[in-house]
Amino acid sequence: MYTEQVMDHFMNPRNVGEIEDASGVGTVGNAKCGDIMKIYIKVENDVIVDVKFKTFGCGAAIATSSRATEMVMGKTIDEALKVTNKMVADSLGGLPPVKMHCSVLAEEALHAAIQDYKDRLEKGEKPEADPESEEIKYV
Amino acid sequence: MERIYMDNAATTRVTEPVMEAMQPYFCEIFGNPMSVHSFGRESRKAVENARRQVATALGAQPNEIYFTGCGTESDNWAVRGAAYANLKKGRHIITTQIEHHAILHTCEQLEKEGFEVTYLPVDEFGIVRMDALAKAIRPDTTLISVMAANNEIGTIQPIEEIAKIAKEKGILFHTDAVQAIGSIAFDVKAMGIDMLSLSGHKFHAPKGVGALYVRNGVKLQRLINGGAQERTQRAGTENLASIVGLGKAIELATANIAAHNTQLSLVRDRLIDRILTEIPYTRLNGHRTQRLPGNCNISFQFIEGESLLLSLDIKGIAASSGSACTSGSLDPSHVLLAIGLPHEIAHGSLRLSLSEENTLDQADKVVDALKEIVARLRSMSPLYDEFLQQSSAE
Repeated sequence: MYTEQVMDHFMNPRNVGEIEDASGVGTVGNAKCGDIMKIYIKVENDVIVDVKFKTFGCGAAIATSSRATEMVMGKTIDEALKVTNKMVADSLGGLPPVKMHCSVLAEEALHAAIQDYKDRLEKGEKPEADPESEEIKYV
Repeated sequence: MERIYMDNAATTRVTEPVMEAMQPYFCEIFGNPMSVHSFGRESRKAVENARRQVATALGAQPNEIYFTGCGTESDNWAVRGAAYANLKKGRHIITTQIEHHAILHTCEQLEKEGFEVTYLPVDEFGIVRMDALAKAIRPDTTLISVMAANNEIGTIQPIEEIAKIAKEKGILFHTDAVQAIGSIAFDVKAMGIDMLSLSGHKFHAPKGVGALYVRNGVKLQRLINGGAQERTQRAGTENLASIVGLGKAIELATANIAAHNTQLSLVRDRLIDRILTEIPYTRLNGHRTQRLPGNCNISFQFIEGESLLLSLDIKGIAASSGSACTSGSLDPSHVLLAIGLPHEIAHGSLRLSLSEENTLDQADKVVDALKEIVARLRSMSPLYDEFLQQSSAE
């Protein structure tokens, strides 16, 4: 039911992990529904210089997180915000219809990380990760 | 790569003796069993022989066995047929929260048609709550349907006790025995069972054939109308070869249930014991001893079932899961929720189901693979991180 690209990203996920001094962190989904995605970004001069993820979820959830991080690495914040769930899904050769929500989660996790970065900038904080203070966004 | 099949509760392979028994009934013996000529008569003979084999396996009379298209049809027919045949008495049915969807969705449909249904709760091991049963019985209750053994967690229900209560109250008792044939010895007369559903492909007969035992004297409304097959009660040309296969398969499956159970439970217990001791944060779902000999259902905390299945599949291991992603809905298995599992633990469940062909060596290979896979998926799981942080903070 999954394409080769999905299986490749599932078996060999890119950018798994955490960033200690992340500029922004986004967490979406919830355990009740069986999907949680957490994306960390490190931003320098408006460019995403590092991105990592951790995902609890099905094959599509892991593959779309992996692919989404790959697609925004090295992009500016504005460019990264243009990466849509459809682009993630298409670049994986498509997803089964019931799994499209996984790609939506990947987009949302990314946007949440970027939003977190922007919020920290606005508050004049040094954009560093504070895993204790994040709120989980339920979708 | 050696492939390991541990999804026998989903379906089993047709074994060679069953295939051999069926072989003549495709090209050589093909008459319509309803035909009067010699071609038809030889087919009829084969169908009636299979009926005797099923009856013998269950302790029933041959004229109490009706062949159907599958276990789901048997369940639909028993519940719907009994509901509509007993309208004069009432419109109340009792079943459980952990039945197969073949029963549950039929009951839900009947509710839309004006029937009332009580779905009995189960305890933490998946055993039906007998106190709830006693309370649920009403003067207008016409049917109690409780599965013999659960398909997901393998819990064996006290059906004799339930049948006894049903009989005392003058209520029909049906059991879905789809998962139980070959593991539980049935004697429908001694056990007080009025109706029993079974499905061939769960015990090495082909897919697409099932049967319903209906005790003589029990009236059911027909589900499928048409010709006069199955003593006018179930229309449709008999699935000749598959019926022959079902007869042979049930004869083989019930020939030595004790030996079958000893062999399967040895492999099952190897799986359960090794997983629970060698992989942390796991729990066995279902009852430790009141369970099918071939069922192992374990929840792995912090990971999701489908990714577990995919990872096992890559290693050639076939299993199944109660996660939402594999159920096609947003919720995880209704059975795991009914035994009180939180959603996130239910999502991480894995069912390994055995046949006589599974070995201890295979069990070891599966556990070894699981150790590696679970560690890998946990290393990617934000839930696991959260848990580690919390436990180090404490």
